[in-house]
Order: sequence, then C-alpha cells, then structure tokens
Amino acid sequence: MRLALFADIHANRQAFAACLDAARARGAERLVCLGDIVGYGADPEWAVDTVMDLVADGALAVRGNHDHAIGMPSDSMNDDATAAIDWTRGRLNAEQKSFLAGLPLQRDDDNRLYVHSEASDPARWRYVRDTADAARSMMATGLRITFCGHIHRPGLYSMSSAAKMTSFVPTSGIAVQLLTGRRWLAVLGSVGQPRDGDPAASFAMFDTDSREITYLRVPYDMETAAARIRANGLPHWLADRLLIGR
Amino acid sequence: MAALKMQPGAEIDGFTVGEQVHRGGMATLWTVTHPGINVPLLMKVPLVSEGEDPAAIVSFEMEQMILPRLSGPHVPACFGTGDFERQAYVVMERIPGQTLYKRLGELPLPYDEARAIAGKVAAALASLHRQNVIHHDIKPSSVMFRGHGEAVLIDFGLSHHKHLPDLLQEEFRLPFGTAPYMAPERLLGVRDDPRSDLFSLGVLLYFFTTGERPFGESETLRGMRRRLWRDPYPPRCLREDYPLWLQEIVLRCLEIDPAARYPTAAQLAFDLAHPDQVKLTARSRRLTRDSIATVWRRRFNLGAVQPQPKSDVAAQLASSPIVMVALDIAEGSDALDEAIRVTAERVMSTSPSARLACVNVLKLNRLAIDRTLDEQGQNKHVDRLVALQHWARPFRLEDNRLTVHVLEAIDPAAALLEFAAVNLVDHIIIGARQNSMMRALLGSVSAKVASEAPCTVTVVRPSRLTVQDESEGTAEQDDASAVTPPGMF
Repeated sequence: MRLALFADIHANRQAFAACLDAARARGAERLVCLGDIVGYGADPEWAVDTVMDLVADGALAVRGNHDHAIGMPSDSMNDDATAAIDWTRGRLNAEQKSFLAGLPLQRDDDNRLYVHSEASDPARWRYVRDTADAARSMMATGLRITFCGHIHRPGLYSMSSAAKMTSFVPTSGIAVQLLTGRRWLAVLGSVGQPRDGDPAASFAMFDTDSREITYLRVPYDMETAAARIRANGLPHWLADRLLIGR
Repeated sequence: MAALKMQPGAEIDGFTVGEQVHRGGMATLWTVTHPGINVPLLMKVPLVSEGEDPAAIVSFEMEQMILPRLSGPHVPACFGTGDFERQAYVVMERIPGQTLYKRLGELPLPYDEARAIAGKVAAALASLHRQNVIHHDIKPSSVMFRGHGEAVLIDFGLSHHKHLPDLLQEEFRLPFGTAPYMAPERLLGVRDDPRSDLFSLGVLLYFFTTGERPFGESETLRGMRRRLWRDPYPPRCLREDYPLWLQEIVLRCLEIDPAARYPTAAQLAFDLAHPDQVKLTARSRRLTRDSIATVWRRRFNLGAVQPQPKSDVAAQLASSPIVMVALDIAEGSDALDEAIRVTAERVMSTSPSARLACVNVLKLNRLAIDRTLDEQGQNKHVDRLVALQHWARPFRLEDNRLTVHVLEAIDPAAALLEFAAVNLVDHIIIGARQNSMMRALLGSVSAKVASEAPCTVTVVRPSRLTVQDESEGTAEQDDASAVTPPGMF
C-alpha cells in the first residue's frame, strides 16, 4: 500500500493542495497527516475542513502543537506564532476546533508510529534535531518505523541492532529502502512552511510492500500564499519566510 | 528469525540454490538459477545472522541498498535481494574469470599491461562515480573483467551513495577498509570524496608496476596514519627504467591532498589512454621522497587541513568535464574556428578543472593508398598537430589541461564518436560545415556526431555576418545556420 505523509501544513492552502495533487498522481492509497494543520498560514478553515474530509475517507491524523494551542493556549510559543494562533482561533468554528482538540497525539498502524514531535513524550513537543534526539524517540517505541514532523526540515535516522545511529538528509525523488534489520525514524519536511532553505512544499510517499520512502518537493504558488498572510494582517515575517524557505 | 538453510537444492524466492563456490570472511557465494533469467547467477549470503558481527551486517546492508541501483557494464547486474528477517542475500550476475588478485604472483607486470589494466579500472570508476557512488574498497580482489575487456567492480559493502543513508558513518571507531589501499582522508573520517578511489587505484598501479606496496602492509592505525604526512618512495627509486609519464600518473593519484590528485576518474583514464600526452611535472622525475621539513609541516599542521566541508560528488564531476573540440582546420575556415574558440572558452571558463582535447581528423581515402606526406613532402600528421596547438594557444590552459590529437580515419564522424566514447568525453564542441557542396557530397559530420554522441554536443556556426562574407554565392543555407550563441543538442 502506498502512503502519502504530510506534516506541518500550517494553513497553507496552495502548498497543501499542490502536495495532495502530487500524492494522488503517485497513486497514494492512504493519507497520513502528521499534525500542525493550522498556525502561521492564512487558510485555516480550508485546511481543517480538508483534513476532516480526508479523515472521513480513511486518512489518519495526529495532533500538532499548533492544533493543540487552538484549544489550550501555549506560553512557549514565540510572538509571531502566538499572533497567528490567536487570529486562527477567531476563524475556526466550533466543529473545526473540536476536531483539532479530538485528534490523538499518536497513532500506530502495522508496526508504524505516527506522531507530530517525537515518541518519547509527544506532549512535550520536543524536536528531533540530531541522532541523540532520534535515539531517544526510537528507544521509546517498540515499533520499527516512526514518522514525525515538527522541525520543518527533512531527516532520516536509523538505529542498528547494536544501537548505532545514522543520520541522513534525504534527496528529493530518490527512494530509500528502510531495511528490515534496523529501526527508522523518518522526519518529514513541512508542507506549508519549509525551513531547510528550499521553499518548495515537502511531503513523502512510503510503500509498505517495498518499504521504500521517497521524500518529494513540490513547487506551489507561494506568492499567493504569502500575499494572503499579509492581506490578513498576520506578521509579515510569516509571509516572507515562505519565499526563502527559512 | 527463521533463517532458511542454505544448501544445494534449496529454494529461496524462486531461486534454486546450486553449489557453494566461495567462502570468504564475511559471506559465502552460491550459484543459483531462476526460471526466466538466462545469465549465470551468484547468490551472496552473509555469514552472520542478525545481532552478531555488526561489520558484516552493515556492509551487507550497504551492498543490498547500492547494488540494485547500479547499472552498466562495470558492475554485476543485480537480480534480487532478501532481507535479514528471513534470509539475507543478494543475487547478482556471475562474472566469469578471476579477480586481479590472481595476478599478484606475476608482479611487477610490464608497464604497458599495468597501464591498460589501470585505464580500465579508471573507466569503471568514472561510471560508478557518475552514478553517485564511491567504491571505497578498490584493490586487486575487487576488480574483474568481462570478455570484452571492460573492468567490473565488485563488493560494494564499504561504498558510499550520495543519495542513500551512509550506514557506515558512525558504525566503527576505526576507518573500515583495506589498509594498504586506503586514502589518507579516510583516516580523518571523510567518506564522500570520490578522489579516495583514485588514491586506491594509484596504490594498485604502483604495486602492479613495482611489485611493492607504496605504504607497506601495515594494518595498525598508527602505521596507516603515516600516509597523512609521509609520501611514498617515487617508483623510479625502485625501478630505474620506470617511465616518467607513469610516475607522473602514479604520484598524482597518490597525492596526500585529494585536490592535488586527478579531479575525476575520467581524467585519469584519459591520461592512461594517452601516455605520450601526459604533461610531465617535477613529480615525474623525482627520485626521493619529500623533505623532512615538508613532512613535518604536514604532520604538525594536520589540524589546519582537517575535514573539508562535505564535498558534492556530482558537483565535483560537473566541474571537471572532458571537453572535446573537433576542428576542421584543414579547410581553413577561420571564421568557424574562431566561433568554436569563443564557445570553447565559454565552456572552459565555467569549469575550473575541465580539460580540453582538441581533435582533428585526417581523412583517409577509402581505396587509394594513403601517403603520410603531402605533395610538398611535409608530414600531414605533424602539420595538423602543430595547427591544433596553435589554435589552442590563446586559451592559456595549464599543460595538464590540454591535449591535441590527430585521428586518421575514413569516416570522420565515426572516428570522432569513437574518440568521445573511449575517452569518456562529457561535451563535444563541433563546427557545422558551411560549404553546402562539401556537405552534399560528404554528409554532415556534425549532424551525425550530434545525433549519435554519448554526451552533450554543441554545434557551432559562425555568426550570420561572417557567414555571408565567406560563403557568398553558395546557394542554400540552413535556416538555423546563424545560431549565436550556439544551440545545444
């Protein structure tokens, strides 16, 4: 079965629509949303409605820290993020808010774990920045493959049977087989606000039969996405950063 | 884990196991057959199971990931892999014959034979590097040959693929590989520089031509680290008749700083194919090792030269192309030659390590017996070489970046295409013949080259103005004949 995995959509309609099209063109059979559907971007209603429809059709979704902050304001967010969350809260209706609040922190599915931040303590929203962070997450789950997001930069970690770690920055479009002899942590890039220097939207496909993961980059209409952020009075940096991927 | 029993007659994923043909330190090799696959097959099975020797497992995993992605004549074709959950294996094409290891008893080999062998290995490495893979274990037992002569590289357990996770990166405290052949930068943990393979090939070529290993057989880290500051004895110390060109090539491969080696395997292959064109530097004549002052400076400045930023295999290859210019100097078409020069200068200026091969074809008659002397008794071949050198002079390229070649052939296009293929040329620049009478009679050489070349071809035409000046009166002209800058094909 071919999975399409999306993390950190962040209410970026243009980016998410482009990624969904690309995933369908590649024959995606099941969609997985790894959290942070809202925050930063200017189309939270559309983003939440879209994910709700996908979930109704069998997609899996977990809750991210921005989704969580809609119902439970966070004091650890920076000013821009807080401003965007406050604005977003005013845009969502009760049904949309309750959908976000009701998302699980993690889901597992046939020896795979889906979580927004990492597995050792999902509600603490820690980042996976290096092999030490990855090892902590991998030690906390018995499942062979973990998919997460949160840091907005793609990364692929593995742990051998002797607990040796490897890290790798995946190349777009190149399938990597997740060998059965080791455990894997796949950190997805961000659909709606990439921060690895490439402004193109990021998602991944995973083939459960061949165990191959393919990270992909999708060009999208970032000018419109940025213009909508400015037009809605959100902090301008949230628009500017889309154009540079930082 | 329910491992299957490897024994003759066993069935694994449709492969029927035959006999065991080899048992090495890390793996066993079995012949296998599969209905529908008509080439002889080998199944490589790691000796250890999960949880045992991590080195064997990790290198097997690397081979499992890399081999199926490789293609071309220089690697065994891969027909399937099995994972550690059931029975780990890789099934590959069985290359008949022996590895170069079998030749060790005959060392030193004649210079020309060793040169030919190294040239084939360099061509194989060029193919591998273009597929984003660094072999990292080039040594005699990793090299085999096909019936047609192409070198085949085997054993990718230590290899590095630019687009795949490097499972060996943190696995071992010590660099893992074959000590006598290991490049110095590997001792500093660098695994992403393709020039490490050129160093190993240099060790092999030194060994095969002198009978001595340049860095001995030391397996200790201390012994291996010496090569970070200590250069080997020049081969001419060991053999008085050692050719200068060969020492130039060998010592350039063995440079401690990767940047001082050949920039690409293709450029090394080029020099090995044209020993008479190797530009000799002070390296070629050396009879002693570097002075102790140099060695100490290296040794105690190690920190200053340590790990460079990650090098990009593809970017490095892209900046070091072999550019071939096909010149028709005999026709005396100055405007076209000038247009070709402008184009070539543009290409060379953007690629700091590019090398330029200027080629002219001396056309032979199909029937008449050719004389190498023209009516005035001058040697046509030498005249052409001189003319090529004259044409190339304005480039002011360092000697080792320029070669000139006169090919003698009945079919110029075929000769140019063969030269490009054999020499791993990346880019051909060729002029389009303007004289329509000639083209009608002979066909278009540039069109044939452009359509059949294995690489990028730029077809150059003089600007419209100069064309009108020169060829006034010729009836027809291509609509596209005034393309400036030249079109890329």
